This record gives sequence, C-alpha cells and structure tokens, in this order.
Amino acid sequence: MRRSHASQLLASILVNAVYEMKNYPINLVNTVISPISFLLVIDFVSRGALIGQAIEGGLIMSMFQSGMSLQGDISHLKNDFKLQDMLVSSPASPSVYVLGMAASEVIYNIPALAVLVALGALYIHPGAIAALELTAALLLMFLTSITLGFMFATLSSDIVQSFAWSRLLTTIFTAITPVYYPITYIPLPFRYLAYLSPTTYIAELMQNTAGYLRLSAGAVATDWAVVVGLTLGLLVVVSRNARWKES
Amino acid sequence: MEGQLVTERLSKRYGSSGMALQDVSLSAPSSGIFALIGRNGAGKTTLVRILATELAPTSGRAWINGIDVVADDKRLRERIAIVPQEARTVAWMTPRQSTLTYLMWRGFPYGEAKRRADESLGRLRLDRFADRLNRTLSGGTKRKALAAMVLASEADIVFLDEPTTGLDPVSRREFWEILRELAKDRFIFLTTHYLEEAEQLADTLGVLGRGRLVAVGSVPSIRGRTRYQYSVKIPAGARVPEVSHGEVTTGKGGEVQILTDEDEAFAISRKLSVGGSRFSVSPVSLDDIFFQLVGEPTQEDAEAAQAPEGAT
Ligand SMILES: Nc1ncnc2c1ncn2[C@@H]1O[C@H](COP(=O)(O)OP(=O)(O)OP(=O)(O)O)[C@@H](O)[C@H]1O
Ligand SMILES: [Mg+2]
Repeated sequence: MRRSHASQLLASILVNAVYEMKNYPINLVNTVISPISFLLVIDFVSRGALIGQAIEGGLIMSMFQSGMSLQGDISHLKNDFKLQDMLVSSPASPSVYVLGMAASEVIYNIPALAVLVALGALYIHPGAIAALELTAALLLMFLTSITLGFMFATLSSDIVQSFAWSRLLTTIFTAITPVYYPITYIPLPFRYLAYLSPTTYIAELMQNTAGYLRLSAGAVATDWAVVVGLTLGLLVVVSRNARWKES
Repeated sequence: MEGQLVTERLSKRYGSSGMALQDVSLSAPSSGIFALIGRNGAGKTTLVRILATELAPTSGRAWINGIDVVADDKRLRERIAIVPQEARTVAWMTPRQSTLTYLMWRGFPYGEAKRRADESLGRLRLDRFADRLNRTLSGGTKRKALAAMVLASEADIVFLDEPTTGLDPVSRREFWEILRELAKDRFIFLTTHYLEEAEQLADTLGVLGRGRLVAVGSVPSIRGRTRYQYSVKIPAGARVPEVSHGEVTTGKGGEVQILTDEDEAFAISRKLSVGGSRFSVSPVSLDDIFFQLVGEPTQEDAEAAQAPEGAT
C-alpha cells in the first residue's frame, strides 16, 4: 500500500495541537504568557530602554519553549499512553512523527509569535535584510530546541522527570542567560559561562542585527558558525542516539 | 518461511537483572490465533514486544513469515500492529479521533482512514461511545477502543497484550467472536490470564514459565503431553481411595481432586464404584494443565522470599 506522509504529518498535528487545544485552551494562554510577561518586566525595570532587546528575548524564549513543549508532549504520549510503542510497531516513520509534533508546537506558538512580531515591527522596525537575519537566527533556535527536546523525550521514562527537565532547561537557557538583556551586563568572569549556552549566541546575533550591540565582522561570523555547527551537531547526535526502539 | 512464526533461542535480560526470557525456541503457524499464557512476570510481554520490533532481544533470533524481527524490522512494521499491555487511550480525544489518527499515522489518507475507523468502531459495538471523550469512558470501553484502533488497520499480524483484561463476561465473549472472525485472514498473537479464553481461541497455545517456554502446540496436543491427562473429583466427606501415582489436592469445600493418567483413573473409578461413592472423571482442564506446568512459585516469589525481612 502507498502511505501518505502528508497524512502522517497531519495525524501528529491533529493529536497534539487541534484536538488538544479544543480540550485544554489554557495551554494556549500558557505559551503566550511567559515570553510576554518577561518582556513587560524588562521593559518596566529598564524604563523602556531595553524594549528592543526584550522583544528579541521574547522571540527566542518562545522558540526555545517549542522544543521544550515538544519534549513534554512526546514524553507524555510515550510514557502515559504507550502511544510511541504503538507507532514503533507500525509503518509510521519516526522522523515524520517528530516533524508533525514539531509543527504542532509551531501552531501553538502562533499567537505569541504574532504579538511579538507585531511589537518587533513597531519598536525594532528592521529592514528587509535584517528581518531575514532575525528570521534565520530564530529558525536555528527552533531547530536546536526541538532536536534537544526530542532527544530528552526519547530518553525519558517518566513524565515527572521530563517536566522537571524542561522547566530547568527553559530557566537556564532563556531566563538566566543574556537573552532578554545585553551580555555586557554580566560581570566578566561569568560572561564565559554564558557562552556555553546556544541562546547567548542567537541573542548576540539578533541584538547586533537590530543595532543594540556592535560586533566585529569576525565575531558575527564566529557566532553564526557556532550556532549552525551546534544545530548540525545536535541533529547528528540525535539521529544516532535518540531511542525509537528500546534496546 | 511464509506462514510460520519461528524463534531460535530467543533471550532477554533487562540491564543486569535476571533473564526475563531464556532460550525460547518455537515454530508455529503464523495464522489464526496464537495465545500465550503464563504467570505474572513469566515473560509474555517481553516476548510480545520483541516480536513486535519494540524491544531488542539480548540474544537469539526470530522470524515472522520469514521476516527477521531484528534485522528486517522496517519491513515487518509494514504488516504489524499492537495494543501494548499498558496502552491507554489519549484522554483528550474520542475513540473515533483516536482510530482516525492511528490510521493516518500508518499512512492512510484522511478519507479512507475515516471510513475504516467508522467500520471498526461499529464492529466492536462502540458506535454509542465513538464521539465521547476517552477520559469519560469506562475502563473496559477504553480497552475496546484501543482494540478498534489496531483492528481497523491493514496489518495482517496483530499483537494484543491482555486485550480482554477489564472486559465484562458478555463483552469478552463478544470480543472472542470478533477475534475469531478477524483471525480468518490475519495472524493474531495475544496474551491472556483467562485460561478459558485461551482454550476457546487458541489455534496454537504457548505456555511460559519463568522466561522459558514450557509447552507449545494445540490445546489437545499439550493436554496429550502432560503427565496427567485425567481428573477424578470426589465430593467432600467421601472416602478417598489410595492413589499409587498422581496428585491429590483438596479444595476449599473439602472436595478432592486427583490428577492422574488413564490407567490409574480407571483403577480409582473402579474402587470408588465398588464402594458406592459418587465421583466424576474428566479429561484435565486447561486450568489443571496450567497448574501442572507452571504452578511452582514464580521467579519474583523466589526473590521476594530471599530478600531480608522488611526490605522492598
Ligand atoms: N523494563 C524492564 N526493566 C527491567 N525488568 C523488566 C522490565 N520489563 C519487564 N521486566 C522483568 O522481566 C520479567 C518478565 O516481565 P514481563 O512483563 O515480560 O512479564 P509478563 O509475563 O508479561 O507478566 P504479566 O502477566 O504480569 O504482564 C519480570 O521479571 C519483570 O520484572
Ligand atoms: Mg505482561
């Protein structure tokens, strides 16, 4: 029989976005509320001076959140419903399954993205090239976070553990690291620690593109190289180590 | 080999714990219904998961219709479907949505998936519940909804790990009818703790005891190979004659059961008739066979007995 990949994709979106949203609309509010509330706090505390950085920070956080929600959702379906076992013993392909699940996270994020993009247009008003650069950086952020999310999900064996992980990772990678504020605010010795996080590079690139930060051409090239390299590296690690079948 | 389920010294060890499955070798037709029985922890789920390509064996090999379950898992997955023992219906969906999306995940286009889903839900008499949220259904109905999902698919090899646990006696019998019907052009591999179910359904019966295969074959052939083929029952209070070989057990109400072979059953019957006692003789039931084959304490019982007092 000929199997339709489009149908397989749609199945993940129906289960994880459409049907779920119908039943738990509160989840939609959740994905909007955290990036926006961080943005507001930064804006108030800086008396408006950091609004641009905060909008970019909100965009990065919502992208990062997608990966972490993906992690939570896949783990939930796998551990609590044994859905993944049912799909392993079927012609469903793991990559199409994950792609579909990732697409459903994007759908969940649309309201938050719409608000943030509108704010960005208003306060950052980037040119066409800058807008493209920002989009590329966010796309890489999304890829990195869903790859990370999928890897954690396949390794997790109970839901409590996986929720704890996603909360920890979101805090470390988007709240503590210089995503909502400039890296120069961090005392020097700790700045090197911040460079351990992929979100730092993304934020730096986006802040540079919007003109909040002046990076040398060499630094920009290095940042892109790190981000692209990391995303590719993660993809390779995940395709090797993610567990679809149990050993 | 088309038409055969073959395993060769299949073994599984989880981490560093004991062997969950040990040297299981069998050859059985991959048509009709294969029923696997055995006590808790015997290794049924482990065997099912290996055959369904969900779990890698530690050693040994297995083939279904000539397809290697380890080396050729992708090809086998085109033809199989499973309801795992611990599967649950997704709380925020209805049985119709669950079945529809399962079929779409298998690659059916929306329209055909919808048609098959409706048909399968009807066959399992779930029409009334098809559009209610899974979380509002009774336990048995949820179980049936899971079966409806996989039975709606095109898979011709279907694994059901304890499909009738939680079903009421009427639903269970209805379910047997459906399985018999579906097994006409499919291979259904199921596990069960209901021996009556195994006896009713199994074209081939497998018995696992502590990870080892202790018997495999049709129910009559297994009965023929057990040590005792006859059961003599004597009501409470009656005098029990001396038994030269066989097993004598006394039930709760004082009724005595003697498991023995044909000659001895005949001899005992004669003594009882001469003494004027009431009694009955019958071939052993699957329950009796089960106790003879795997009635000893389980691995888990043995480990629990060895553990120091208070340890968990
Ligand atoms: N994931 C696991 N990790 C470690 N040990 C396991 C795991 N799954 C099963 N076991 C062990 O393997 C043995 C066989 O378990 P299995 O689930 O296959 O038994 P079963 O026959 O299906 O039992 P039941 O009738 O209770 O479902 C048991 O001793 C069990 O403790
Ligand atoms: Mg089991």
